[in-house]
Amino acid sequence: MVEVLKTGFYDTVQDIGRFGVQEYGVPCSGAMDLYSAKVANTALGNSITEAVLEIMIIGPKLKFQCTTEIVLSGADLSPKLNSKPIKMNTRIRVLKNDELSFGLRNYGCRAYLAVKGGFQTEFVMNSYSMYKTITKNSKLKKGDQLSIFENNDSIGNAFASLRIDNKHFNVNVLDVFKGIEFGRLSCLEQQVLFSTEFTISKDSNRMAYQVNETVDNKIEPIITSLVLPGTVQLTPSGKLLILMRDCQTTGGYPRILQVSEESINRLSQSVFGEKFRFKCID
Amino acid sequence: MKDFKLTYHRFSERSILVQWPQEIDENILKDVLIFKNHLTNLNIESILHVNTAYNSILITYILTIDNAYSEFSALKEAYFTRISNKKSVLKHWNIPVCYDDEFSIDLNEISKETQFSKSEIIRIHSEVIYTVFFIGFLPGFLYLGGLDKRLFFPRKNIPRLEVKKGAVAIGNQQTGIYPNKSPAGWNIIGNSPLEFFNSKEISPCFAKAGDTIQFVPITIEEHNRVLKAVENGTYNLESEIIDG
Repeated sequence: MVEVLKTGFYDTVQDIGRFGVQEYGVPCSGAMDLYSAKVANTALGNSITEAVLEIMIIGPKLKFQCTTEIVLSGADLSPKLNSKPIKMNTRIRVLKNDELSFGLRNYGCRAYLAVKGGFQTEFVMNSYSMYKTITKNSKLKKGDQLSIFENNDSIGNAFASLRIDNKHFNVNVLDVFKGIEFGRLSCLEQQVLFSTEFTISKDSNRMAYQVNETVDNKIEPIITSLVLPGTVQLTPSGKLLILMRDCQTTGGYPRILQVSEESINRLSQSVFGEKFRFKCID
Repeated sequence: MKDFKLTYHRFSERSILVQWPQEIDENILKDVLIFKNHLTNLNIESILHVNTAYNSILITYILTIDNAYSEFSALKEAYFTRISNKKSVLKHWNIPVCYDDEFSIDLNEISKETQFSKSEIIRIHSEVIYTVFFIGFLPGFLYLGGLDKRLFFPRKNIPRLEVKKGAVAIGNQQTGIYPNKSPAGWNIIGNSPLEFFNSKEISPCFAKAGDTIQFVPITIEEHNRVLKAVENGTYNLESEIIDG
């Protein structure tokens, strides 16, 4: 078990997502930055489908009630084991009663904690990913006990750290494809879309990222149709909604762009105030 | 079978969107569902999942699509050779709804604006047989076609932060049921005691695209009784098979 002594800003259990159930209106969910979640699992020798903990900006305080191994990947939130700093992207032995805590954010937005064998929390509709109305808990609460496997195998000589390319934490340019309704924008509107530097707004979360700038447009709402994580919707007031992993399955705003998988991962590591441009790779 | 003019679009690295003409129409819905069932029956190994809305199908593949145009041709061939599968049985559901003042918090306003009495609104709302076009927006939220024009009513300017589970509502030209507590921009006119989404069931929603439903007005006492029966798992929701 892992006990939650103190919660962070927003901690959830996530895996690669919930598939095949979107026809019931169920969101995909899954780790916002799937790349970092996969790195954490792979470094431990886990399957990439194991559940990890997604930790956003301010980390929780966790107490391990059995021996295991962990890897932290994604954002560097100054992780500490029993108050001593530990390395990111490195296999670390954790003993019974050890406490994992976090400090200041060095880079990124979301850290991923993988444990050997994966978190064994509630499994609903083929996924461990927490989501309101699907799983009992939609985020960690103080006092929660997260089930994990005890693991006493020796790490051996696994002292190496994986080096992650810094570019993964750079959001300057987001690669996009033209969206289904892109052609309904005027030439000028299309130009504005690719020349504007957008600023990530405070109203960004697992459902959607938003930006402070608006794009004037005259396109009509569409008949409600299908959307995916990465779909960029344009509202009548000119707001851009960049849909993320917990987005609805359908929507009625024009879909002007589709962010690439790789860029969704990078966008998930950005925090409000950061700036980016869209680059068309169609 | 009439062939519609479809358009094929690459949607993301791993998905393709097929679109029918941009209108809400039951013949389009039928064709969308026939094509969806046909694709599912073909058991194409590279396809992970197929999902539908009013006039589109989203096909998600397991791997990144190498050549979208060769997938488009394969889909076109599948469309022109589609066969209607009679195995997908469509059903009609009678949904109990309590329009009592305790739940129908916006009924007075709609009555005032539309000049229809509350009982007329309830009668019009519960007389129609609605078609389920698809499920979206929230887990278990049915997109229903068929609302009587006389009940078209704009969404609220400021959405409510929370409405009750089972709230029955009208928003613009649509009516629907909130399957769980949720923020809501539509006008609430009643409440259904049924469970519209249960993540523990193999079929989490009883209704599916193509089914029809009708609202049956019930008293508040009946609402309480059904709610208890639903919670105890002793409520038997009846349905009849309709000819698709």
